[in-house]
Amino acid sequence: MKIGVCLKQVPATDSRVVVNATANGIVTNDVKWEINPYDEYALEEGVRLKQSGKGTEVVIFTVGGADCEQRLRDALARGADRVVRIEDPALAGSDALGYARALGAAIKAEDIGLLLCGRQAVDGDNGAVPAMIAEVLGWSQVSWIDKLGVEGASFTANRAAGRGSKEVVTGTLPAVFTCDKGLNEPRMAKLPDIMAARKKAIVVKNLAALGLDAGAVAALVVEDAMSLPPARPAGRKLTGDAATVAHELVRLLREEAKVI
Amino acid sequence: MGILVLCDTDGGVPRKSAYELLGKAKALGLGTVTALVLGPADVSSLGGYGADAVLHYNNAALATYSTGATVKALANAVAATGAGYVLGSANQVGRDAFPRLAARLGAGLVVECTDLRSEGGKLVGRRPVYGGKALVDARVQSAVGLFTVRPNSFPIAAPTAATAAVTTGDGGVSASDIDVKVVQTLAPDSKQVDLTEADRIVAGGRSLKSKELFDSVVRPLAAAVHATPGASRAAVDAGLATHGDQVGQTGKVVNPSLYIALGISGAIQHLAGMRTSRVIVAVNKDADAPIFQFATYGYVGDLFEIAPLLQKEFEKILA
Repeated sequence: MKIGVCLKQVPATDSRVVVNATANGIVTNDVKWEINPYDEYALEEGVRLKQSGKGTEVVIFTVGGADCEQRLRDALARGADRVVRIEDPALAGSDALGYARALGAAIKAEDIGLLLCGRQAVDGDNGAVPAMIAEVLGWSQVSWIDKLGVEGASFTANRAAGRGSKEVVTGTLPAVFTCDKGLNEPRMAKLPDIMAARKKAIVVKNLAALGLDAGAVAALVVEDAMSLPPARPAGRKLTGDAATVAHELVRLLREEAKVI
Repeated sequence: MGILVLCDTDGGVPRKSAYELLGKAKALGLGTVTALVLGPADVSSLGGYGADAVLHYNNAALATYSTGATVKALANAVAATGAGYVLGSANQVGRDAFPRLAARLGAGLVVECTDLRSEGGKLVGRRPVYGGKALVDARVQSAVGLFTVRPNSFPIAAPTAATAAVTTGDGGVSASDIDVKVVQTLAPDSKQVDLTEADRIVAGGRSLKSKELFDSVVRPLAAAVHATPGASRAAVDAGLATHGDQVGQTGKVVNPSLYIALGISGAIQHLAGMRTSRVIVAVNKDADAPIFQFATYGYVGDLFEIAPLLQKEFEKILA
């Protein structure tokens, strides 16, 4: 069974956000890019499944330009076998469903049996693409897992449910899983793996190669008026010995802020 | 046209988030508001909170959440009502079923809204992106638009005496639509309110040094002020607290009335997850820590000294 992993590059989580002139995105000139943190769990899980004999190959699927190549090489160094990178001018203005249709078509062409994704990309924070891919492919899906077991064509997973509870679920492959923190500890690439990754294949496909046209990925959602959150009013520093401050703070929380 | 509101229930009773969404849907003035309830529940209160009509798919196959049955029932409800918009909570159903429904219907999806407004007869959702570092307006260009809303985004008005006619049905689903089966539910590790719904949070950073100190300083203080304990990513990565405790861009995004940050410097990714807290208290040794720029009340000093004193003060008035 081939294992698919969806990957996206996102601005590092310690990046400051600067809104662009048209207020529909951020300024990316000085952004440091990294693999979406949740996708790292997906990648690690895929590599572990392969290493435990449950999979034959780990194939990465991504939508993006050549500028994400460094992140893809990093992922290959961490154990993935090859990459299918989808690039097409029509995808620049697309949205989650357009991405899902493109990724779904690429995944279908590869005869994948199990797809792992991050629970959300920490840029748009939509968390929508994986379930949309599952619908496009007609597969089962399990969201926000922190445990996965595969036995033949069956799986057992623990997923987040309401208010901190978890559900143990079972089902049949093929299926899409979205990975949460806690699923595993992603490995760092070692030097020999980094060298070996340079020889691994990154195949680029456009929409036509996937049997899609621009209409199939036309955006249904439009975003604008991006702004930074309002600044908080200046606060107050409390000074004095710890006992006095503790007493005064609790008084302020009760009488001034009225939160206790 | 009109709005279909998927109402969360808990133990057969609508949850607060359902009333919140119904009131907002009504106020938007975008047509008939139909409350949709899946599974066995008492739906009699929904008219008082803004539902013009109630559609109740009272089917045992919908009693426990499953993607397959829920998406099918939702699609059938959209077809039955001809709704132009579907609203739901940004919870398990919102994140799991709504995207799949969007793909099935070819509908635009806008998730995790913190505000909704109507503009020229169209629904606009305001939502955080980049973990709350920015906000954006989103609208759809499809016949049907799906919007999920974060709990506690809107006030709940007192119920009126209005009632709504209830249409019942089975939603067109059966047990065979449950593709992934729940075999066991695991209760949360603690009895505390989950961070995402907590009204008070006491969070600790890497400065807590060890799990033992975290457990003996942060957790008792949290208990004293009836708060849920939380942690920074640095604290979680160092093994001081669990993944479920993490607040921030790659953890939980929280929105409490009171957030007490102990030994948290305020990394950008942490601030993104808690900056909307109404009152922020920061305790840190470093007077230049970024967290102080966000704190309503700040104290430069030793957290190990003040935490037990604070705990006693809270216990005095809240015990």
